[in-house]
Amino acid sequence: MKRMINLAPGKVWRVALAMLPFALILLVYMAASDARLAENPQDKLLPSFEQMGDAINRLAFEPSKRTGEYLFWQDTLSSLQRLGMGMAIAASLGMFLGLMTGALPMLNASFAPLLTVVSLIPPMAILPVLFIVFGLGEVSKVALIAIGTTPFIARDIQKRCLEIPREQLVKAQTLGANSFQIIVRVLVPQLLPRLLDAMRLSLGAAWLFLIAAEAIAATDGLGYRVFLVRRYLSMDVILPYVAWITVLAFVIDFALQKLSRVAFPWHEPKEGGA
Amino acid sequence: MIEINNMWKRYGDSVILENISARVAEGEFITLVGASGCGKSTFLRMLLGTDTPSQGQILLDGKPIADEPDSDRGVVFQQYSVFPHLTVLDNVVVARAFADSRFGFLFGARKRAAIAEAEELLNIVGLSHMQHRYPDALSGGMRQRLAIAQALILKPRILLLDEPFGALDPGIRADMHELVLRLWRQHKLTIFMVTHDLKEGFHLGTRLWVFDKLRNDPQAPNAYGAGITYDLPVGACEPELLEEIDQSMTATDAVVDSL
Repeated sequence: MKRMINLAPGKVWRVALAMLPFALILLVYMAASDARLAENPQDKLLPSFEQMGDAINRLAFEPSKRTGEYLFWQDTLSSLQRLGMGMAIAASLGMFLGLMTGALPMLNASFAPLLTVVSLIPPMAILPVLFIVFGLGEVSKVALIAIGTTPFIARDIQKRCLEIPREQLVKAQTLGANSFQIIVRVLVPQLLPRLLDAMRLSLGAAWLFLIAAEAIAATDGLGYRVFLVRRYLSMDVILPYVAWITVLAFVIDFALQKLSRVAFPWHEPKEGGA
Repeated sequence: MIEINNMWKRYGDSVILENISARVAEGEFITLVGASGCGKSTFLRMLLGTDTPSQGQILLDGKPIADEPDSDRGVVFQQYSVFPHLTVLDNVVVARAFADSRFGFLFGARKRAAIAEAEELLNIVGLSHMQHRYPDALSGGMRQRLAIAQALILKPRILLLDEPFGALDPGIRADMHELVLRLWRQHKLTIFMVTHDLKEGFHLGTRLWVFDKLRNDPQAPNAYGAGITYDLPVGACEPELLEEIDQSMTATDAVVDSL
């Protein structure tokens, strides 16, 4: 018998072992759900997969009686739009701030401490401010995501920028490069994959801000829906929505990772991210 | 060409280099050897412009040398001197792009000319077959060849080598020596090379500088800095001398290590 630390599963076993916990969770859920429904068919707490399927079928493939919209897809679209805009703003702004404070010591001296302080402000605490300033429309939700994730991305990029070996910058200077050329040809290309990493890491927070903002003030969106149907204890809607949000988050994360691999083949992704 | 006048370097209380004066003519190949912590690399950094003397000055053609790196002085570090995000070819072409364009990108005929020039240089250093790979895929020796090609494309007058072969296997190191000597003769460079290896210093170049502490105070090891204790024309040295230098350096090392 080998030592435990040297025992590694083969390819097939690795997949099987990965699937095992998921299967177990499903089995436990199904058993618990069946038991409760056998006791009381009206139970709403642990709906069967059939009930969840019905609920989603209703929301996704039948037009809403009130508005004529397909609510599930409308919610998904609205949420993804908010998330996408928020992340796009956060990524551009974070990249710009991180790059400038990382590359130029003068800007670092005056803005890096500010950035540190701003990043410590809990974004949820200023959500009321955003609602007051931007109203209850789309802007405040996008702003919350952007404000919540920009400082993290900016600080991460700044740190990565300072981690680029000084030797490279000196080398570029001995090749006659000016500051602008060094930023454009040495720093930015090396920071872009880092930006994708930082976006992947901040996606979790972005989802949190999105759902919180939607829960408080919205007329559609995934977060809005789950908080709306909570009033009716509609676990048959909430659980599939949560699963759907998880799937979306996973797909976005996976897409960013793939993009990083394809666009920056020289960049070895460090293990342990996300 | 280069004149160093009574130069000192201090960091706070500790003296790194004391009172160094020297003259270097165009086309000399100077190897700098010495115990660790004797300021060879600091000296090279001051030639490069990333560090400045505390006192005294370095003159290039009678004028104080620029206090930031420029294209007069090429450099090869022990590591990290190539750009990991550019292919081997682009690593060399980018130097032309820095020098010849405002924003760092070349287009059309100028780009083709730069590529042709870079390909020729890569051929000289023996990297033609790796042109389209990333530095990640290169061995340590290949990476240093690339760094040399990169440093030479703009035809600098001075080439600074900071332990460029320190991390290489002995066999590869010998190849690299050949390459550097050939390029030095071809391009009429003035080379300063820092090395740990005394034999390398004797083998390469026209002149050997030994950096060592002139005085050692075991109670205050940082009170005295290093100077150039030997300034020898290479080729005129007896084996006994090599041994003597080696012993004096080892003695300094022992003092430094005992701290």
